Amino acid sequence: MQASDRFNINSQLEHLQAKYVGTGHADLSRFEWAVNIQRDSYASYIGHYPMLAYFAIAENESIGRERYNFMQKMLLPCGLPPQRDED
Amino acid sequence: MDLDAEIAKAQEERKKMEEVTFTSLTFDADLYGGAGSDRFEGYERSIAVTEEDDDAAADDGSGGRDLARRMASFTGPKSLHDVPRGAGAGADADAEDDSGFKKPQRIIDREDDYRRRRLQRIISPDRNDPFASGEATPDPSVRTYADVMREQALQRQKEEVLREIAKKKEEEKEKAKAAPAAAEPAPAAAQKRRNRWDQSQDSAAESTGAKKAKTSSDWDAPDATPGIGRWDATPTPGRVSDATPSVRRNRWDETPTPGRLADADATPAGAGATPAGMTWDATPKLSGLATPTPKRQRSRWDETPATMGSATPSAAAATPAAAAFTPGVTPIGGVDLATPTPNAINLRGPMTPEQYNLLRWERDIEERNRPLTDEELDAMFPQEGYKILDPPASYVPIRTPARKLLATPTPMGTPLYSIPEENRGQQFDVPKEAPGGLPFMKPEDYQYFGSLLNEEEEEQLSPEEQKERKIMKLLLKVKNGTPPQRKTALRQLTDKAREFGAGPLFNKILPLLMQPTLEDQERHLLVKVIDRVLYKLDELVRPFVHKILVVIEPLLIDEDYYARVEGREIISNLSKAAGLATMIAAMRPDIDNIDEYVRNTTARAFSVVASALGIPALLPFLKAVCQSKKSWQARHTGIKIVQQIAILMGCAVLPHLRSLVEIIEHGLSDENQKVRTITALSLAALAEAAAPYGIESFDSVLKPLWKGIRSHRGKVLAAFLKAIGFIIPLMDAVYASYYTKEVMVILIREFQSPDEEMKKIVLKVVKQCVSTEGVEPDYIRNDILPEFFKHFWIRKMALDRRNYRQLVDTTVEIANKVGVADIVGRIVEDLKDESEPYRRMVMETIEKVVANLGASDIDSRLEELLIDGILYAFQEQTSDDANVMLNGFGAVVNALGQRVKPYLPQICGTIKWRLNNKSAKVRQQAADLISRIAIVMKQCQEEQLMGHLGVVLYEYLGEEYPEVLGSILGALKAIVNVIGMTKMTPPIKDLLPRLTPILKNRHEKVQENCIDLVGRIADRGAEFVPAREWMRICFELLEMLKAHKKGIRRATVNTFGYIAKAIGPQDVLATLLNNLKVQERQNRVCTTVAIAIVAETCSPFTVLPALMNEYRVPELNVQNGVLKSLSFLFEYIGEMGKDYIYAVTPLLEDALMDRDLVHRQTAASAVKHMALGVAGLGCEDALVHLLNYVWPNIFETSPHVINAVMEAIEGMRVALGAAVILNYCLQGLFHPARKVREVYWKIYNSLYIGGQDALVAAYPALEDDDSNIYSRPELMMFI
Repeated sequence: MQASDRFNINSQLEHLQAKYVGTGHADLSRFEWAVNIQRDSYASYIGHYPMLAYFAIAENESIGRERYNFMQKMLLPCGLPPQRDED
Repeated sequence: MDLDAEIAKAQEERKKMEEVTFTSLTFDADLYGGAGSDRFEGYERSIAVTEEDDDAAADDGSGGRDLARRMASFTGPKSLHDVPRGAGAGADADAEDDSGFKKPQRIIDREDDYRRRRLQRIISPDRNDPFASGEATPDPSVRTYADVMREQALQRQKEEVLREIAKKKEEEKEKAKAAPAAAEPAPAAAQKRRNRWDQSQDSAAESTGAKKAKTSSDWDAPDATPGIGRWDATPTPGRVSDATPSVRRNRWDETPTPGRLADADATPAGAGATPAGMTWDATPKLSGLATPTPKRQRSRWDETPATMGSATPSAAAATPAAAAFTPGVTPIGGVDLATPTPNAINLRGPMTPEQYNLLRWERDIEERNRPLTDEELDAMFPQEGYKILDPPASYVPIRTPARKLLATPTPMGTPLYSIPEENRGQQFDVPKEAPGGLPFMKPEDYQYFGSLLNEEEEEQLSPEEQKERKIMKLLLKVKNGTPPQRKTALRQLTDKAREFGAGPLFNKILPLLMQPTLEDQERHLLVKVIDRVLYKLDELVRPFVHKILVVIEPLLIDEDYYARVEGREIISNLSKAAGLATMIAAMRPDIDNIDEYVRNTTARAFSVVASALGIPALLPFLKAVCQSKKSWQARHTGIKIVQQIAILMGCAVLPHLRSLVEIIEHGLSDENQKVRTITALSLAALAEAAAPYGIESFDSVLKPLWKGIRSHRGKVLAAFLKAIGFIIPLMDAVYASYYTKEVMVILIREFQSPDEEMKKIVLKVVKQCVSTEGVEPDYIRNDILPEFFKHFWIRKMALDRRNYRQLVDTTVEIANKVGVADIVGRIVEDLKDESEPYRRMVMETIEKVVANLGASDIDSRLEELLIDGILYAFQEQTSDDANVMLNGFGAVVNALGQRVKPYLPQICGTIKWRLNNKSAKVRQQAADLISRIAIVMKQCQEEQLMGHLGVVLYEYLGEEYPEVLGSILGALKAIVNVIGMTKMTPPIKDLLPRLTPILKNRHEKVQENCIDLVGRIADRGAEFVPAREWMRICFELLEMLKAHKKGIRRATVNTFGYIAKAIGPQDVLATLLNNLKVQERQNRVCTTVAIAIVAETCSPFTVLPALMNEYRVPELNVQNGVLKSLSFLFEYIGEMGKDYIYAVTPLLEDALMDRDLVHRQTAASAVKHMALGVAGLGCEDALVHLLNYVWPNIFETSPHVINAVMEAIEGMRVALGAAVILNYCLQGLFHPARKVREVYWKIYNSLYIGGQDALVAAYPALEDDDSNIYSRPELMMFI
C-alpha cells in the first residue's frame, strides 16, 4: 500500500470492495467492469420511476413487467463469464 | 494416599526437629540475665526513619505535643507521612522528571501483594496434544490431561492433610497454653523466640504489644492457601517470595532461588528500603552493617545462595515433590565466604540482578568514601600557606565496623594469602559490549541472555542450540533494541515462527515474562511477540496453552487498562488457535485449584474464551462445572465465569441470558456461603449487563432471592441485595413497586448496619429501587426518608469518598421522586454544621438537586434558610479544591433567579470582602462567583451593583497571581456581557488600555480570558477606543497566535476580524501580511486564517488585491501563506467566491504548475474550496480550466499532496458533475501500466462512491462480442 493511501478511503480497499460492490481495482477485467455497469444501470432504471415509465412506454410493457425484466437481467447481465485462460 | 501422609509426616518431623534445635538455643541465663527478663529492657528497639515516630500517631490524646508539632512548621496531611518510603515515594518522586515523560516503571513496583502472587505460579511443562497424536496412546513421558488432574487432586489432598495437621497443632498449643495459664512471662519468651536471628524483630513485635500471634506458623494466616509457595515451591527463576510483612517467615524454609525479590528478611523493618530496586537513595541491604543500630543484624544465613536450581525452570517444576525440600539445604558457598564482599559474591557463580546492583552500589560508595590520599590532598591545596602537621599522638583512625568488614575479608581466623584466581568472565561496571550488534543488556538480562556473550563457540553448537541462540538474539533485540531493530526482529520471529517451533520459542519467551524486574514496555513488547507468533503457529501451540495462560492471565487483573485489553486479546487469539477443547483441557484443572488467585484469573480467562468462541460453545461445560459435586471451589469458579462473561460482554449476553441464569440458579441455595455470594453477584452482573431487558429470564431466581434476603445475614445478604437492586429496574412498574416494598423492609433494617460494604450496597439498592417507575413518592416520603436521613445523613458518611459519592447520588435520585422541598428542607440546616466535609456533602447534594429540578418548590421560608446556609458554608470553607461550594452557590442563585434580589447586597458584600482576602484561592473563588451570578444580577436589575463590582474588579487588575487574574478578567467579561458596552463602569475607553499590557501575560488562563474580553469589546464597543490603541493591540495579538491552546488562537484570529471591521482592513492586513514572513509555522498558519477572516468580515475585494500582490514576493513561505489564505478565504466566503474566481485563476494556474510541492498542494486545496463554493453557479468554464491544471498531479506520491489533489477532484465532481470526471478517468482505467491503473481506479472508486447514479448515463458504450452482451440498448430507446 502506498503511503498516500493511508489517510483516505482506499486505505481499506477490501473493506471498500465489500461495502461498495461496484468499486474496482487495477486487476478488474473488462467483463467484470461491464457486469458492474450493467447492474448499476438496471438498478438505476428501477430506482427512477420516470425512467421505468419511459422504458415501459417505449417497449409497450407494463411498468411492473419492465421492473421484473430488469431485475431478472441483473442476474447475468452480460451472459456467462468468459473462460479464464490459465495464467 | 500414603505418599501424602509420608510427606506430611516428614515435614512435621523436620519441623519438630527445628523447633527443638532452635528453641533450645537460648541465651545463657547467667551471662545474659534470667530467662524472661529482657536484656534489652529500657532500650529503644528500633529507631524510626523519621524523627517523630509512629507513636505520635498512636496516642492521639496527647494533644499538647501534637499541637506543638503542628506549630513547628507547615506539613502535608498526616496521611502522607505514612506513605511507605522506597518503592512508593522514591519511585514516584523521580518517576516524572522535568520532561514530563514517565520513566519506565517496573510492573512489580505498582503491584499489590495479591497481584504479585502471579510470580508464585509455575510455568507448567508442556502437555499432550490429543489432536496431534490421534488415536495413539500418548508417550508416558508426556503429561496428559489425566496426569494434570491427578496432580491437582493430589495437591488438594495434601493441602487438606496439612491443614488438619496445622489445626491439630494449634489445638495442642491452645491446650498447652490453657494449662499453665499465664503464670509467668516465660512461655511468652519461649513462644517468641524461635531462633535467635529472629529475635529483634520479635521483640519489636512484642513491644508494640499487639501482634504476638505473628510468631505462630503460616498456617494461621488468613489466606485461603496457606501452604502454596512455601513447602511446595519449586524454584523458578524470578520468583518473588510473598513479601507480606504480616507473615513472619522462617528463613529455613526459604527456597534459595536466584532472581527472587523481596527477601522478606533482607529488608530491615525500619529502613524501609525498596524491596527490590536498589536505587541509589534506598538503603541497601548490606548497609545494615554500616549503621550500628540495634536493628537486626544481617547474618550470613540471610544470604541467598545463588547457585541453587537457577537454570531449570520447567524441569524442576515437573517434580514438585523432589524439589520441595531444597529449602532445607544449607547455603552453598561455605563458611569461609561468610562476609559477602563484592569479590566473594562474584566467585559464587552467576549473579542475580539484585546482587549485581548491590555490588555496583557498594563499589561506588566505597570509591566515593575512600580516604583521600596525600597526593590528592596535595593536588587540592595550594603549595604555599599550608603545612603538613603530624597527627596527634592520641589519634586512632576510625574505621566503621562495616567498612572494616567489607575491606578485609577475614572470615575465620587469619587467612593465608592465596593468589586470586583470575576470572575473565567477571563483569565490571561497564557491561561487556554485546557482540554482533546486539542491544545493550541490563544486568537483569544476563540471567537469560548471558550465554549470548560468549560468542566463540558459535560453530560448535548443535543445530538445536543454534536455533535457540537465534531466538534469544531476536528476543533480546525486541526487548531492548532500538525501534528499527525491534521491528525487524519482530518480523523475523513472526516469519520464522513455524521453523523455530513452538517449544523453543515459548521456552524462551515465557520465562522472560515471569522476570520480576520486567517493565511495562518490555512486557508489552513480549506480549506482542506472543501474539504474532500465536497467529503463525496456530494449532502447534496446543501443548503450550497452559504455560501461556500462566503468564498471560495476570494481565487480566492488571490495573493498567491497556494491559488488560492486551491480555484479553492474547487469550482470545490463543483460544481461536488452540480450539475450545484444548482450552478447556488446559484450564479445567485450575478451576478448583486451591489458590484463590489461580481460580480468579482462570475465571476471567474463561470469560475471554467465551467471548472469543461464543457463549453457546461454552455452555455445556459451564453447566457441568457449576454443578460439580466434588468441590465447592469448582462451583464457585464456574459461577464466577458467568459473572465475568456478563461483565466482559455486556448486552451480548442477552440471547443466552436464560441459559446462563439457569446454570447458576442452584448456587443460591448452595451449602457453601461463598458460592451463594458469588451466585448472587453473578446474577447482579447478568442483570446489569442485560438492562433494561430480560426480566423474564430472572423469573426463576426471584423467589430464592427474596427468600434469601430474609434468611441471610452479613456478606451473603449484601450480595443478595445487590442482585435484587439490579433486577428491580428491569421489572414492569407494578412488579417493581411490589418487590421494592418487599425488599425495603430489609433495606431499612440494614440502614443501621455498621458494615461499610453493606452500607454502600444498601445505598446503591435504594437508589435503584427508588428510580424505578412504580415506586410512589408518598411511599418514599413516609417509609424511607425518615430512616434514611437518620442513618445516612451523618457526618461520618462524608469522610469516606465512596460513601460520600454514593450517598449524594442516592439522595439526588430520591429527590427526583419526592421533589426538591422535601430533601432540601431536611438537610438545609446542615449547611451550618460544624464539620466541613459534611457541609460540603450537603452543598453538593443541594447543588445537584436544584440543578436537576429547579427551585420553584422552595417556599420563602426555605429560601431564606437556604441562602443563609449557603452564605455561611461559603464563608466558613477552608478549602474548596473541587469547587463544590462555588458550584453550589452558583447553581442555587441561578435556580432562584429573581428571588435572590433581596439577598444580593449581602452576597455582593461577601464577594467584595473576599476579593480583598489574603489568600489567592479565596480571591479567585470570589471572582469566579461573580461570573456565575452576573446573569442573575442582571435579571434582578441590579445594574448599579454590577457597575460597582466592575469598578472593584478593575481596581484588582494589578493582581499578581495569574489564576486569580484570569478569574478577575472572566468576571469582568461576564459583567460586560450582561450590562453592555455603554453602561459599563469603568468606561471601555479606560478599561481597554488597562488590558493591553495584560495581553503580554503568558499564562494560559489569563490569555484566554483577556483575549475573550478584548474580542468582546472589539466586537461590540470598538468605537469607544481610538484606532491607534487597536493597532497596538493587533501587534500584541500576533504574539498570541503562538499560544498552545487552540481556544486562545481561535479567539485571537476572530479578534483580528473584529478589529479589522472597526478600523478598516488596510492597517490590519499590512500587519498580517508582514507576519507571513516569520519562520514559525503555527504562527504563519494562524496568520493566514486571520487574513481569511479579515477578508470575510470586510468583503474579499478589500483584501484580495493586496494579498495577490504579496504573491509576487519571491519567498516560499510568503507565497504559500498567500495560497493558504486564499484556500481559507474561499472556504469561508462560500458562494460569494463566484465573483472572485476569475480574478484568482491566473494565480492558481501559476501555483499549480510550480515546482514546489507545497504550492501545488495548497493551490489544490484552494481549488477544492472554490469548486465546492461555486457549485451550480455557472463557473464551469473556469473550473474545467483549473481541473486541467490539477489533473496532472494525480500521480503524486507525497501523502499530503495527493490527498489535496484527490479532494480537489472530488470538489470538481460536485461542481462539474461526475460525468466530466469519468471522462477524464476513462483514459487510464485499462492502461497497460499497473501503477497508472491503480491511480485511475482509485479516482474511479471515489467517483463511484460519490456519484454512482450519475455515472449510469455516462458510462462508455461497450460493444458486444460473440459470447457476451455489453451494450445497454435501453439507453438507446426513443419515443
